[in-house]
Amino acid sequence: MTIEDWLKAACDDAERRGLPELKPLLESLARSLAGLREADRLIDRGHGKS
Amino acid sequence: MSLALSIEEVAARVRSRAISPVELVHGCLDRIESRLELNAFITVMADSAVSAAEGAEREIAAGHYRGPLHGIPISVKDLVDVAGTPTTSGSAVAPRLPAEDAPIVVRLRDAGAIIIGKTNLHEFAFGTTSEESAFGPVHHPKDPSRSPGGSSGGAAVALIEGMCFGSVGTDTGGSIRIPSAVCGTVGLKPTYAELPCDGIVPLSTTLDHVGPMARSVADVALMFEAMSGQSQPLRVVGQERKYIFGVPEPYFCDRLHPEVRLALDQTRHALVAAGHEVRRVVIEHAARTADVYLHIVLPEASWYHAPMLSSDPDRYSPGVRLRLEMGRYVLAEDYVRAMHLRNVLRVAVNEALQNCDVLLLPAQPIPAPELGATTVEVDGSREPVRTAMLRLTQLFNITGHPAIALPAGTTDDGWPVGIQLVGQSGTTSQLLQVAATVERYSTGGDGSVGGGTG
Repeated sequence: MTIEDWLKAACDDAERRGLPELKPLLESLARSLAGLREADRLIDRGHGKS
Repeated sequence: MSLALSIEEVAARVRSRAISPVELVHGCLDRIESRLELNAFITVMADSAVSAAEGAEREIAAGHYRGPLHGIPISVKDLVDVAGTPTTSGSAVAPRLPAEDAPIVVRLRDAGAIIIGKTNLHEFAFGTTSEESAFGPVHHPKDPSRSPGGSSGGAAVALIEGMCFGSVGTDTGGSIRIPSAVCGTVGLKPTYAELPCDGIVPLSTTLDHVGPMARSVADVALMFEAMSGQSQPLRVVGQERKYIFGVPEPYFCDRLHPEVRLALDQTRHALVAAGHEVRRVVIEHAARTADVYLHIVLPEASWYHAPMLSSDPDRYSPGVRLRLEMGRYVLAEDYVRAMHLRNVLRVAVNEALQNCDVLLLPAQPIPAPELGATTVEVDGSREPVRTAMLRLTQLFNITGHPAIALPAGTTDDGWPVGIQLVGQSGTTSQLLQVAATVERYSTGGDGSVGGGTG
């Protein structure tokens, strides 16, 4: 799932559950998720070397 | 009254019967009563503490002295089960009503410690300022508009105000070390799983630690000994051998309050002047710490709270509830990514420690923040308070390495500043020995009782 798709689905669900105030937190989490996935892509899975 | 004494000092007087445990308990209870506005305690166990003190007094008089914690008043963070008292976790969510002590409390009682009460905290330990609590925010004794740090904020306040001689805290991202740094006390996060977290409300089961807080390294060591159930006394004296300290400058020294940077530099210079070596080290991938931490702590916290979030969502503080709700959206594959990167970070810390005995770094990038502040200026730029306060501590929850915060002086305005030492996994006792040495050279607070009251 792309980060964009994840963020849209999460925000839509939060809205549906009556938690629109979650949206800015989810947007912040999406930025962190981008960092996490970038690190996962750059760092060798076997040895931890970038 | 001798409430300003260290555990080591007061224990000698208890043993010689120059001071009665009953006197100590009444003295601590008076201190608690005199500063109720600080909200340091949620439950004060006056009757049971006096009763236990009377029992200790009888035992000691009969020649059955158990050791340096015998008859000493200790507080316990209200995330930890103490039989017969509610475990509120600082929340309006229905408390646990434990019939048994947590193992850590059993061990402290076995060592003769007297549990004087349960300290206030950031709700469910999910915050760094101790202001989101159903029992009111914990206030810094030096200025009630400031936070004492968190989540074990009540524990640190209880220590500097002489309401107890030692405290039990918990640390998932820095919750022992943060308030210790902000209040000028000493706090130890042991190696992961070294002390049992059974009987403690979890925040994030693979990041949670429990540990001691006190006014000196020696006192923390005494508590750690008891909490470990060790039979061999752990005496830290600050050995004369020369240590190699590694300062991880990239990331950990990038953005600091100028007076925090100054305190670190002064400690470095004092250690070098004393014949120790201080060298620069690098922890590879440290800049990834926050992303990894967030994708572990959020889903793990949400897992535990899922039933209460469904049944009693409005009982949570709004901010804590939203953070817990956020975790419900983390994908499984991203949690696994974070767990993989956790191993990478663990290797990176191990590699940094290959070139030194311990890591030396600040414990907090800022002094005590204002209560209610959402952002804070650090070295010319603003960032969320929570992000700033977790930045220097959370890596060692991810990796499990033992870490201790200790005082390193104050700002010009008198706000405590703390440094942090990090050791190899499984070497917590050795870390305490190094900390006892550093304590002699750091320009630190004296942990004096009432010193923060101005």
